[in-house]
Amino acid sequence: MTAIDTRPKPAETFASRYSTFLRRRASLMPTLSAVVILIALLIGARVRFANFLSPGNLSALLLDNAYLIVLAVGLTLVIITGGIDLSVGSVMAFTGILCASLLAQGLPAFLVVPIMLVGGALIGLLIGVLVQYFNVQPFIASLAGLFLARGLAFVVSLSSIRVEDPAILWLQRTRWSVGGWYITPTGIIALLVVAIAFFVMHWTRFGRTVYAIGGSEQSARLMGLDVARTKVLVYVISGVCGGLAGLLLTAYSGAGYPRNGIGTELDAIAAVVIGGTLLTGGTGYVLGSLIGVLVYGTIKKLISFMGAEQSWMQIIIGALLLVFIVVQRLIVARSQRRGR
Amino acid sequence: MRRVIRHRLFWPIVALLVLIAINTIARPQFIGITVRNGQLYGALIDILRNSAPLMLVALGMTIVIATRGIDLSVGAVMAVSGAVALTIIDASSDPTGVGTVAVAVLAALGVSLALGMWNGLLVSVVGIQPIIATLVLMLAGRGVALLITDGFITTVNSPPYSFIATGYLIGLPVAFLISLTAIIVIALFERRTALGVLTEAVGINPEASRLAGVRARGIVFTAYAVTGLLAGIAGIIYSANIRAADANATGLFIELYAILAVVLGGTSLMGGKFTIAGTVVGVLTIQTLESTILFLGVPSAQSPVFFAIVVIVVVIVQSPRLHAWARSAFRARARGAASDSSIDKAKVAS
Repeated sequence: MTAIDTRPKPAETFASRYSTFLRRRASLMPTLSAVVILIALLIGARVRFANFLSPGNLSALLLDNAYLIVLAVGLTLVIITGGIDLSVGSVMAFTGILCASLLAQGLPAFLVVPIMLVGGALIGLLIGVLVQYFNVQPFIASLAGLFLARGLAFVVSLSSIRVEDPAILWLQRTRWSVGGWYITPTGIIALLVVAIAFFVMHWTRFGRTVYAIGGSEQSARLMGLDVARTKVLVYVISGVCGGLAGLLLTAYSGAGYPRNGIGTELDAIAAVVIGGTLLTGGTGYVLGSLIGVLVYGTIKKLISFMGAEQSWMQIIIGALLLVFIVVQRLIVARSQRRGR
Repeated sequence: MRRVIRHRLFWPIVALLVLIAINTIARPQFIGITVRNGQLYGALIDILRNSAPLMLVALGMTIVIATRGIDLSVGAVMAVSGAVALTIIDASSDPTGVGTVAVAVLAALGVSLALGMWNGLLVSVVGIQPIIATLVLMLAGRGVALLITDGFITTVNSPPYSFIATGYLIGLPVAFLISLTAIIVIALFERRTALGVLTEAVGINPEASRLAGVRARGIVFTAYAVTGLLAGIAGIIYSANIRAADANATGLFIELYAILAVVLGGTSLMGGKFTIAGTVVGVLTIQTLESTILFLGVPSAQSPVFFAIVVIVVVIVQSPRLHAWARSAFRARARGAASDSSIDKAKVAS
């Protein structure tokens, strides 16, 4: 709505332009409304708290949620194919504690990081193979992944392990700042993941195949697209993102903890949905998920600014999720009516 | 024999019996049931008693899954139910009174029923995907429970309330009797009336059943409402057992275990045909597995690994691809055997 040309024009042209825009870009609407909500939230926060929009605070917004951004990006790909991955939070916990444990045993960081990513990828591969070759529903297959990763995290260690490795801590402690704004390597990694995923989804054959599978798996197969490979790969990518998120979270908290990320999969799903990705698949944007995470992070920060109880966080996120789902539902119903 | 093997409860029951057999061999006292003061005690009785919350939740989940749905919010509803009941008891002047407990339980059940109806409304009237519709309450529910308990873990000392979880009636644990009643009531409603068939019809083909005159909307709505109510009872048993309302820990992951129990029992997540008996077997299997893991001395935090392996094995065993492989391998062997015997015959002939 705000993205439309606002220069004064004859009302008729404006209305027709508006409806044309709506017709052509219906799938963008949820993401655009997420942008509107984010801006409204930030403005509201600025009115209430004068120092909310300080560069330092906004920079922290990105860094506090770097791990969630990475998880949401991987999850977006899975959801666009029409699947779901519940394992992301547990994979993050597993790779995080694995990282801390291996470092404590004296392994160098340049070996540990690839091991984490491979660990995440293997769990993703397991889910993908179950989904694609054994016809298991994504929900159940990734549920097995969730249990497996959570249990393995506790097998690695029952308690938290401190990380002393300078290379890992460098990721979080280094701050490059420009006039109050600052960014750490973890933030750059998160943004890089978003950028790569954006490029892959919109400019490569793989990305188009992902959208095609979500639109109609049968049609994608009949078109000769490599559905099997793409579907497995999407879960592997989500697993790798889980591993990377584990690295970011370990760097962020300076320790591995097997209880990390309980319920994070729900936060990630909520962020993806708020960002405008349809859970039925076929429609969604990686950048939208970034917006979704930022909306999530802003609400969280706002609640801590207001000194309210964190329990409101869950209620507000739940309510926001509901609003977005109903909006999406209306949009889908509308486009279906038009389709007939 | 073939009919026995082909029965859809065959493999779930075999799995349960194997687990029980392993336990009995590992520790013979597992199978023993002793009578003390006219009350039954033993590992098996413990399993029946401890399985009550999961049993109640899984029963509701079976019906919801039969309608092609899923209910992720059961754990959150349990937390809310426990929080409501304990907050009322805690605030009352007479926490040990039977009347107070009755009021608290009724209030908790009312709230749970309302939450279930909210889910049903979102799914059946608004038409939102079940996973997402119930995800809303799953996220918000624990927040509500935390608000009710003011962020604390409310603890009470109320013998009548604890009786719900730890008491005994006619020699059996009350919690088990509650879950047994729920099983019988649900089974009667679903299998002795047309409701079960209509539920399956809605799950198999919602559009066709609507055209055939089935009131799909009402059936789906009722399924979620009943699941909410059952989760509420489960929450009461859970909180009565630990005598506390812990908004974060109550019913954590129970939705996943309940779904697992339903799938283990042989009900497909695709909706349609469902089996109450299968779910009962599935719940008992999970509870026995949990008791086994505990017995093995594995830290309970690590038990998810075992469940992951069980899930993976079960879904692979159930998968059509494996059946196709098994069939082709079987046929190849049969053919090989046939050609061997023909060679033998040829030898004899020569």
